[in-house]
Amino acid sequence: MTKKRLATVWLDGCSGCHMSFLDIDERLLLLADKLDLVYSPLVDQKTFPDKVDITLVEGAVSSEEDLHKIQHIRAHTRILVAFGDCAVTGNVPSLRNSVGAESVLRRAYMEPDLINPQFPTDVIPALLPVVRPVHAVVKVDVHIPGCPPSADTIFSVVSDLLSGKSPEVMTSTHFGA
Amino acid sequence: MTTKLPQSQLPEEEILRVAEQEQEEKSQYQRHIYVCMGAACLAAGSATVKDSLSEVVDQNGFAGRCAVHGGGCRGLCAEGPTVTIEPDDVLYGKITPQDAPDIIKNLGKKRPLERLHRPTDRPFFLRQQRIVLELAGKVNSERIEDYIASGGYKSLLKAVHEMSPVEVINEITRSGLRGRGGAGYSTGLKWRTVAKADGHPKYVICNGDEGDPGAFMDRSVMDDYPFRLLEGITIAAYAVGAEQGYVYIRAEYPLSVRRVQNAIRQAQRLNLLGNQIAGTAFNFDVQVRVGAGAFVCGEETALIASIEGKRGQPRPRPPYPATAGLWGKPTLINNVETFANIPAIIRNGADWFASIGTEKSKGTKVFALTGNINHSGLIEVPMGITLREIIYDIGGGIPNGKRFKAAQTGGPSGGCIPEEHLDISMDYESLAGIGSIMGSGGLIVMDEDSCMVNVAKYFMEFCMTESCGKCIPCRVGTAQIYRILDNTTRGTATLSDLEQLEMLCDMVRHTSLCGLGQAAPNPVLSTLRFFRDEYLMHIVEKRCPAGVCHLHPEPALYNDTKESVR
Amino acid sequence: MSGVVTLKINGIDVGAQENETILDVARENDIFIPTLCYLEGLSRIGACRLCLVEVKGISKLLPACATTVAEGMEVFTDTDRLRKYRRLIVEMLFTEGNHVCSVCVANGHCELQTLAQQHEIDYVSLPYLYPQRTVDASHERFVFDHNRCVLCTRCVRVCDEVEGAHTWDIRGRGIESGVITDLNQPWGTSVTCTSCGKCVQACPTGALFMKGKSVGEMVHSPSFLTFLAQMREAKK
Ligand SMILES: Cc1cc2nc3c(=O)[nH]c(=O)nc-3n(C[C@H](O)[C@H](O)[C@H](O)COP(=O)(O)O)c2cc1C
Ligand code: SF4
Ligand code: SF4
Ligand code: FES
Repeated sequence: MTKKRLATVWLDGCSGCHMSFLDIDERLLLLADKLDLVYSPLVDQKTFPDKVDITLVEGAVSSEEDLHKIQHIRAHTRILVAFGDCAVTGNVPSLRNSVGAESVLRRAYMEPDLINPQFPTDVIPALLPVVRPVHAVVKVDVHIPGCPPSADTIFSVVSDLLSGKSPEVMTSTHFGA
Repeated sequence: MTTKLPQSQLPEEEILRVAEQEQEEKSQYQRHIYVCMGAACLAAGSATVKDSLSEVVDQNGFAGRCAVHGGGCRGLCAEGPTVTIEPDDVLYGKITPQDAPDIIKNLGKKRPLERLHRPTDRPFFLRQQRIVLELAGKVNSERIEDYIASGGYKSLLKAVHEMSPVEVINEITRSGLRGRGGAGYSTGLKWRTVAKADGHPKYVICNGDEGDPGAFMDRSVMDDYPFRLLEGITIAAYAVGAEQGYVYIRAEYPLSVRRVQNAIRQAQRLNLLGNQIAGTAFNFDVQVRVGAGAFVCGEETALIASIEGKRGQPRPRPPYPATAGLWGKPTLINNVETFANIPAIIRNGADWFASIGTEKSKGTKVFALTGNINHSGLIEVPMGITLREIIYDIGGGIPNGKRFKAAQTGGPSGGCIPEEHLDISMDYESLAGIGSIMGSGGLIVMDEDSCMVNVAKYFMEFCMTESCGKCIPCRVGTAQIYRILDNTTRGTATLSDLEQLEMLCDMVRHTSLCGLGQAAPNPVLSTLRFFRDEYLMHIVEKRCPAGVCHLHPEPALYNDTKESVR
Repeated sequence: MSGVVTLKINGIDVGAQENETILDVARENDIFIPTLCYLEGLSRIGACRLCLVEVKGISKLLPACATTVAEGMEVFTDTDRLRKYRRLIVEMLFTEGNHVCSVCVANGHCELQTLAQQHEIDYVSLPYLYPQRTVDASHERFVFDHNRCVLCTRCVRVCDEVEGAHTWDIRGRGIESGVITDLNQPWGTSVTCTSCGKCVQACPTGALFMKGKSVGEMVHSPSFLTFLAQMREAKK
């Protein structure tokens, strides 16, 4: 059997979902038999490859960079998985939506007692006015709620996807789990 | 039934004497000038017109021969201020105070003043049939004597003296009268349920909330014709055995409130309200309750909560108000126009009434005809008349040679009628058959320059802001539906939004608690049914065929108007 | 004495007293019907519409919590159509407020969260509306976070009907409506609030909670209501 090409990406999230992924522990070896990790914060690969079977997306879409990334990823992925509450609901990153992006920037860059307070210009990507869950931006095939989803949930969903089954997500997780 | 009081009181004769006296006084004058004091004419300055007419009459020594009264609406509301001269039945429109001398000078001449004359032998008047509004405009709206002299209160006297409550109910049932508040429920059946319900005391409520945007039928009755309304309510109270009545009027109708209150006082003075009405053992009194003008307070259970001093929110039915209404007691609640029909039915009989209209929709319906139409105003037509007759004969067609596109009935709970259904019979069943409703009588005509998506959006915005917020489907559903319609008119909606729109409409319609939510999707569903292509043009081609919406399709990704922030 | 009727729920014959609601009978028979605005011991307002059921021969859907049973009724509680509507209704609640379960005091003990799970809502297909709402922490013992309020009015009713204080009420219309204390004054300044905490216990979500509770620590226990209701019934 050919190995499936798996990618994981990290948009606006805390990396907790990736940590939970690693919590699969020794069962990672079982998965490793069936997949190649072709792109991930966990591996040293700078550009998103062309043909990916499954991509797990952690985090909400908050900045212009997130937006471009997710559109590119969608175009090159067969099964796109919203991985964790930030990707599924917007979660904590979306808390800023009711106050607006500018007040967040102001709080971070202008209000603290800095020597030369200024808004960042080049290095930090511009914030979108509204933080969105991934499915509000591109089509999502599978949603795994949870903050983070438990290692067991991740293992069972990824295993199912690898063997071509449609995964049973909601029996083991929910928003905020 | 009713026990007669000792002969000494003779209240019926008293009333007849009032009528005679009034007639006598009236006949001393050769001419009676009725200046319309309806809200539209008042807004156009009819009060100053009346003042200057009185002034000119006094100055020119006509005082003994000509009387000036405040009167009611003749329906030509766009031509206000209007003036009716009796007994010549001359109607003048668009009068200014400066016209007063000419009008007075012309009295008694064969030909009316050409420049102000609004002939009443036009189809606008001839095609109408006036039952509810039969005397409107021709009696003083602030003098009960004038109303009685014109035959008013005969029906009440007939009911309490010659008929038992059951006979009254039977008469109303046989007439086939159906509620004019929108749903068209059989009035006789409702009365019978209240009459049979256990509980004491019983109440009668007149629903004068009239919340549909663009509707002013009930206001007109309350403004011009409050005595007729009271007479109908009193007959109903006699029939169902109620002792207390309420007329619920929205605060936006201050004139109606004043006129109805005035009418109540005058009726009390003549013992047509109060204890032992017209010398019988029947006691009944009425109070006005002023609502704060929420559309939902027209819904009967919300209205009752509002009268009880609670937040105006509907509750699940059953129990219906007929068995558990105001303060938990059996309550009859009917619309203004429904009550205004009653005296005519009692006077002329059920068979007469049942001979007008269609098989299942009897009598007439008052419509507020507005929009892109030559003669807008208040009209009363027999049920079963076609929409084409209303628009082209009575309404005089579409202005500026434009093409008819659709008519909207039932306001935010109704639907639209496209050109292919112009020959539809205006009755409850036919309208429901094409996804619209009779509603309370709003009739908005739209020409080719109207965008149907925009129309749907307008009504949905109305429902969204008027939802009481109690149940989730209506509270959130209307907001979600509005969002999609708004995006459609902006050019940012997608085909999947259209799918979501239909799904939401289906859900809101079937799961909402009260009629507001259940009917809120109607304008959308109806425009989707007849004008789906317009939706598609907005969504796919990003253009508005009527040129109403300004579409600025941005990458459909974000519907936000704001820019990214650095 | 009330009579006894028999009816069918999902094809199963059940017996009931004639003044019971469909919901009462379903619960007695372990038949699941989702609810939110209903709370045993409070008035039944039929507002959330989650308990809607189908009844044979009636075209309208009926709220099980506010519909009395009738002889020969055939009730269906779990049809495709009902599941579809219920899912949408729960989704709409998520879009209407700002619900961030992961950082909520009621995480793991929230009826909204449970409803989402029961209806297998893995994501919310309708767009979030992100309203601007406030938090009232002026009361010395309790906090009210409007972001998490689902407008079930359980707090309003328990305060009015059980405590008798009527501190809570509703203001505004439609999507703009919200619950308020007194005449829309900060809760801490309320002169009617007795600080009994019944509202906090009755709240299905993390909207009302006790000060000092952190994420996932606020466990509501409205069961006192059942007890109170039974006691009052017995006294009558
Ligand atoms: C949202 C809503 C608004 C309503 N508004 C009115 C109204 O303004 N006037 C009215 O007479 N009936 C209104 N109704 C209908 C009343 O609930 C009730 O059916 C009616 O007053 C009964 O009178 P009828 O039988 O004479 O029509 C409304 C219903 C709903 C659901
Ligand atoms: S349908 Fe709308 S107006 Fe009627 S109860 Fe529900 S929220 Fe209130
Ligand atoms: S605060 Fe809680 S109990 Fe009160 S209405 Fe909101 S969700 Fe319901
Ligand atoms: S539980 Fe029945 S409507 Fe809310």
